[in-house]
Amino acid sequence: MHNKTIADISRDLAAGEYSSVEITEHLLTRIKQTDHHYNSFITVSEEQALAQAKAADARRAAGDADAWTGVPMAHKDIFCTNGVLTTCGSKMLSNFVAPYNATIVENFNNAGAVSLGKLNMDEFAMGSSNESSFYGAVKNPWDTDRVPGGSSGGSAAAVAAQLVPGATASDTGGSIRQPAAFCGLTGLKPTYGRVSRWGMIAYASSLDQAGSITRTAEDSAMMLNVMAGFDAKDSTCMERDVPDYTATLNDSIEGLTIGLPKEYFRSDLSADMQQQVRNAISEYEKMGARVKEISLPNTHLAIPAYYIIAPAECSANLSRMDGVRFGYRCENPQDINDLYKRSRGEGFGIEVKRRIMVGAYALSAGFYDAYYKKAQQVRRLIKNDFVNAFKEVDIIMGPTTPTPAFKRGEKTADPVDMYLEDIFTIALNLAGLPGMSISCGQVNNLPVGLQLIGNYFDEGRLLNAAHQFQQHTDWHLKTPDLKNLTGI
Amino acid sequence: MKWEVVIGLEIHAQLATKSKIFSGSSTAYGAEANTQANAVDLGLPGVLPVFNEEALRMAVKFGLAIDAEIGLKSVFDRKNYFYPDSPKGYQTTQLHHPIVGMGHIDIELEDGSSKRINVTRAHLEEDAGKSVHEGFHGMSGIDLNRAGTPLIEIVSEPEMRTAKEAAAYFRKMHSIVTYLGICDGDLSQGSMRCDCNVSLRPKGQEAFGTRTEIKNVNSFRNVERAIDAEIERQMDILEDGGKIVQETRLYDADKNETRAMRSKEVANDYRYFPCPDLLPVIIDDHYVEAVRATLPELPDAKRARFVHTHSLSPVDAAILAANRELAHYFETAAQIANDYKLAANWVQGDVSATLNRLEISISELAVSAEQLGRILQLIKDNTLNNGGAKEVFNALVEGKGDGSAESVDKLVDSLGLKQVSDSGAIEAIVAEVLAANPKLVEGYLATPEDKRAKAIGPFIGLVRKAAKGVNPQVVMDVLQKKLNELG
Repeated sequence: MHNKTIADISRDLAAGEYSSVEITEHLLTRIKQTDHHYNSFITVSEEQALAQAKAADARRAAGDADAWTGVPMAHKDIFCTNGVLTTCGSKMLSNFVAPYNATIVENFNNAGAVSLGKLNMDEFAMGSSNESSFYGAVKNPWDTDRVPGGSSGGSAAAVAAQLVPGATASDTGGSIRQPAAFCGLTGLKPTYGRVSRWGMIAYASSLDQAGSITRTAEDSAMMLNVMAGFDAKDSTCMERDVPDYTATLNDSIEGLTIGLPKEYFRSDLSADMQQQVRNAISEYEKMGARVKEISLPNTHLAIPAYYIIAPAECSANLSRMDGVRFGYRCENPQDINDLYKRSRGEGFGIEVKRRIMVGAYALSAGFYDAYYKKAQQVRRLIKNDFVNAFKEVDIIMGPTTPTPAFKRGEKTADPVDMYLEDIFTIALNLAGLPGMSISCGQVNNLPVGLQLIGNYFDEGRLLNAAHQFQQHTDWHLKTPDLKNLTGI
Repeated sequence: MKWEVVIGLEIHAQLATKSKIFSGSSTAYGAEANTQANAVDLGLPGVLPVFNEEALRMAVKFGLAIDAEIGLKSVFDRKNYFYPDSPKGYQTTQLHHPIVGMGHIDIELEDGSSKRINVTRAHLEEDAGKSVHEGFHGMSGIDLNRAGTPLIEIVSEPEMRTAKEAAAYFRKMHSIVTYLGICDGDLSQGSMRCDCNVSLRPKGQEAFGTRTEIKNVNSFRNVERAIDAEIERQMDILEDGGKIVQETRLYDADKNETRAMRSKEVANDYRYFPCPDLLPVIIDDHYVEAVRATLPELPDAKRARFVHTHSLSPVDAAILAANRELAHYFETAAQIANDYKLAANWVQGDVSATLNRLEISISELAVSAEQLGRILQLIKDNTLNNGGAKEVFNALVEGKGDGSAESVDKLVDSLGLKQVSDSGAIEAIVAEVLAANPKLVEGYLATPEDKRAKAIGPFIGLVRKAAKGVNPQVVMDVLQKKLNELG
């Protein structure tokens, strides 16, 4: 029952194979029994989940069910949930219960989905290993000594550990695609503006985008069908039609032109990694796609630009966490400055503090032009690289990450080493483009991700290409040996 | 040494939108603390701002009224600072791309001349909440009802040279924003606040001296007094060879002095950057022209029309045009009476005196412009004399009327104020009075010719007592004729 995809469960529920309450109870039990191995959930909302499942079953009995009615899933703890704790992985919000739902949470509720709870993440989505969470590191179900990636590490681990068939996630510099790659899953970061950011706690507002982690591209399309759409509450959300993303999954990809950026196949990318990605490209060629080498000449500038822009935005976005109106407040503050200093000093973890400091520095008088303004100029160059590339190709492919999942503690001593993890993913956020990661091979029994980059609002084509790959290969079906670990 | 004063003002005007600049909360004043603050105003995690287009329309209207460049692309920036009544830890404002660029207004000086003051810019921003320091046992309370109220900050060039000019500028801005209906102009509720930048330099020197900023002055009178006090303070220091410290000061109206606000160890670095949650605001000429079409006649144009078309004195015209509602009241009454001069006298006389006495605004006055117009008509056709007109007016002030012009006529009848101008009727009354007061007549006749004009007074009183509403001019003529006949 737990090895099923969203599409499977949707079909089973429709066929009456089992009820929503049954699968919900099954997964809740499984979470209780096994999640201590992964630490993927921060909050399990059992009561609400069972109430939603009952309501879904009633809806189905009344003949009012559609694709999502009664299907279980879970939300990254960055999305505000009315009445359920929303921590963003931080001590700062360890007592925060929002009086509103994020728009996408509302969308899933309205679709009849059942939320099992809130998933672990790097604190305020800052991290690439899920080691910065106040609620402890998340472990990769493929190898629990290794990281699941981040910041949506809880979302990836929970799906890989078959605790939920799919989860919401968010991606500011690779936070969906990298964990999806590390856990052998399908991750989708939509175009900036495709999905509302209302109720998603901001890290870097101009880069943040909500998306999903699932096992298959088909499930990814089902998730996007619920998430995508205009929201008047988010000024950066685009007013564009939402197609049925499942409708084009089976389109032929014959004649599809795939661009391979030479900068993504650098000599320092290990031969093993290169090989897995090249194998996947060959599969596409077998399916009738054409391959073209392209250049994204400013790729090397993406990480430096990102680590100015994202911290700059976060330094302001996190100012509201001041201990005054909500969230963590220090004991016995002596005056307002003491309250600020200690509440923030005690409430934030080290990586969050580091980025706030970097951002504040980059924006400070006398440095703004040299850092923030320059980074925005670089951002335009990076965007132009992609715009030019998409004049020649339909889709761009390459590795999602430079390596498979690394060991916990391996990169915590050197933040820059950690930042380099996102070398292939970060440019998309700067450009606002949609991207996916699908599992395309293994190195040392660890999954390797293939990144697919689409043109603006071309999620349909991305999902189609990903689905076609999954129809011809079985990498997405490979699962870690969970039984060996958990005994069940 | 001769010193020249340099003054620039930054005026914050709350825009009269129904809801806040980035949220749907009401902007009404005076509600219970924190009842008009939603998740956006509280700055809760995950919330996002949505720009209120009404604030944009009002700001553009202001820009057009001061003949300014309108920013076809304006950008919201975040100004970062921590303060408990600033819920997000930053204020959303416009730094590099304000909605209103360089413009100007003309102020009227005491000698009757006018002076042009350039306006550097005006930008949109959100107001902060309020910290409440009393009633919390040594702690502070925060009221976020005001947080997110739209403001335009209007920045002048440092072109004012006296406190009087500064006060005139503040008054003029007040007049403009209330004319436009974009601000209620209520200074006592903080709808308009003024920061005054003041510096001195030796006369003839081009470089500015070190300035101080007097924060949050909230009345016309205090702008003048605060600046004068600050000029005096700076001059004392400079004359003694001292140096002015660039700082923020507060004006204490009770002591009539400015004093430094708690000094900051380091200068604030606000780390401005464009707000990524809000898109640049792009408007086109079509939009600007549509707003221009909604502009009312502004005080300067109205004043000029009063002088040139209706022959009011420049001083009268300036006073009557300064307040949109008063001007409208005046003009309505003047048109009914077809007499601008008479209406001007009344509005600046009895009407203004009544407003001052009752401490009310023109909109609260029980006498409608239509009623005043009717009173003036009745004066003009000699139905009412001045005393009778005042009596009707005062009766209306006390609520004896229903707002209609007809109720004026009813009051004239019921109070018996209709003026008797028929000389035959008056002659009969005069004859009666003279017959009834032989001693007075004797006394009058004994008065030398050149002092008789004064001695006739008691007779006038007696005639008017005997018959209310007699035309005093006719009474005078008849009395003189009859007494002269006797003498």
